[in-house]
Amino acid sequence: SSGLDIRWPIGLLFLAIGAAVAVFGILSASRTDLWGLQINLNLWWGVIMTAFGLGMIWGGARAGRRPS
Amino acid sequence: MHLKWIDYAVIGLYCAFVLGVGFTLKKSMRTSMDFFLSGRRIPAWITGLAFISANLGALEVMGMAASGAKYGMLTTHFYWLGAIPAMIFVGLCMMPFYYGSRARSVPEYLRLRFDEKTRAFNALTFAVMTILASGINLYAMALVFKLMLGWSIHATIVLSAIVVLVYTFLGGLTSSIYNEVLQFFLIVFGILPLAVVSVTYARGWRGLEAHMPPGFTHMWANLGHATANPMGVDWFQLVAGLGFVLSFGYWCTDFLVIQRALAARDMTAAQKTPLIAAIPKMFIPFLVIVPGMAAWVLLPKAAFLVDGKVDYNMALPLLLANYYPPGMLGVGITALLASFMSGMAGNVTAFNTVWTYDIYQSYIRPAASDAHYLTMGRIATVSGVLLSVLAAYVALSFHNIMDYLQLLFSFVNAPLFATFLLGMFWKRATSNGAFFGLASGTLAAALHYFATLHGWFVYRSEMAANFNRAIYAWGVCFLVTIIVSFFTRPRAEAELGGLVYSLTKKQNYGDLPVLRRPLTLAIVVAVITIALNWIFR
Repeated sequence: SSGLDIRWPIGLLFLAIGAAVAVFGILSASRTDLWGLQINLNLWWGVIMTAFGLGMIWGGARAGRRPS
Repeated sequence: MHLKWIDYAVIGLYCAFVLGVGFTLKKSMRTSMDFFLSGRRIPAWITGLAFISANLGALEVMGMAASGAKYGMLTTHFYWLGAIPAMIFVGLCMMPFYYGSRARSVPEYLRLRFDEKTRAFNALTFAVMTILASGINLYAMALVFKLMLGWSIHATIVLSAIVVLVYTFLGGLTSSIYNEVLQFFLIVFGILPLAVVSVTYARGWRGLEAHMPPGFTHMWANLGHATANPMGVDWFQLVAGLGFVLSFGYWCTDFLVIQRALAARDMTAAQKTPLIAAIPKMFIPFLVIVPGMAAWVLLPKAAFLVDGKVDYNMALPLLLANYYPPGMLGVGITALLASFMSGMAGNVTAFNTVWTYDIYQSYIRPAASDAHYLTMGRIATVSGVLLSVLAAYVALSFHNIMDYLQLLFSFVNAPLFATFLLGMFWKRATSNGAFFGLASGTLAAALHYFATLHGWFVYRSEMAANFNRAIYAWGVCFLVTIIVSFFTRPRAEAELGGLVYSLTKKQNYGDLPVLRRPLTLAIVVAVITIALNWIFR
């Protein structure tokens, strides 16, 4: 790790928020015009937040396996 | 603007997680050292991000976006001149004394180096100041949510304070630091898309240059004379007042940020804490200042009107309201909420440590058990939050009182760095020199203020007056400390080991690779900062 590796709560929170926002992006039809493209901001940013969360969890899990 | 269920779900998830961190850490708070200084076991990457996040309160996030709209790129001086050099200095030159002396707080360092009266002066003013800062932070956030979302000011103040109280009460400084790291990432992820979208809509940097008043996209080009730029300051006032006195006074002596470094696991981690923090700090202007400029270009000027007056503080909330769809809006609102909570929790944890160690243990109950001080720390946490709420209501009801109180404490802060500089780097500095230097510097700041008020000193702007007041106060403190020290007896050199540069063994990094040493990191940070100053000159 106080028994807590901060990467786990950060990873889980970003995973939860990212997934919720991405799913909402799929369900809703809102689009943002960026660089001439109609971007679904919720979907793309939700996916990026989810990926960041998974990266944090992976980092926490890897550190947990390392002998202290 | 109305939030949808997804926005409330994001805010709810965030609150659940920060409270969860507090509950998880509750069982590991066994001693007062665990509660106040995290047992000094935290790695540098965490203390570094907490160092920057504790400073990234609501006033910083919204205030710097507001300054971006009002002054343009001149605002970046608060980062690339008014923060990074001081962060490098505190990491390389001052942390060996703060951490190496095993002082539990900044006021305690003053006691070890000088005496009780200098410590008491610093501890009392700092304790009151943190509560005021916490209360103003709370009030500012509640006001924005009232204007943006129509939320009740009372409900926002009380609910936010309860969340901060629960996690700081349960997990002490560790809970605050862990949540500051979490909040840092939320702030970045909540505001970064807004920065990209708003600058894209403003047609990029060229669009900002074309639509902002002349000089707003340059840092240094118009500082030859105070009349040539919207801040009303010249290069000397900026470099000496902001870049040296005020910046070093905050980053090198404010226990709110130093406490994060004192929680680090060893000396190298403590030294790296402000240096790691300097890396995100360098790029925060692109997250808040540049979007503030974009807000001024994109939004109708009438949108900034609050009660008939232009309120630049609405820059970031207006961008959120105009450019985020539901869902992303929840992420953005959560970022603002996180910035407020990290600022408030930082103030509360600094307050409870200074109160317990520097006031209660020193003057009220000196020889109690460690368990007693742990309990007192928890009582101080509750008191700190309640006093913050009270301060928020004072700010809500009596704007002028808060303005005067802040002004009063600016008198105390300005000379402080001179005391620390002489204390750490001149073994001849005496305790009477330090105390009378501080008192004289504070008096000089007050006299300068009244002289400005009566027109004896005339400046182009209030900011210029503030910078000059700081220069005078620092100069008087520096000179008086030296003069009084020459006429009073210094402490024996044997008592000053680990407290003064010339009497402290130089740091030995052993077999730590050169690339992982604090000096290497400091050089990288300095080079990038110089490059940023050059690019946006």
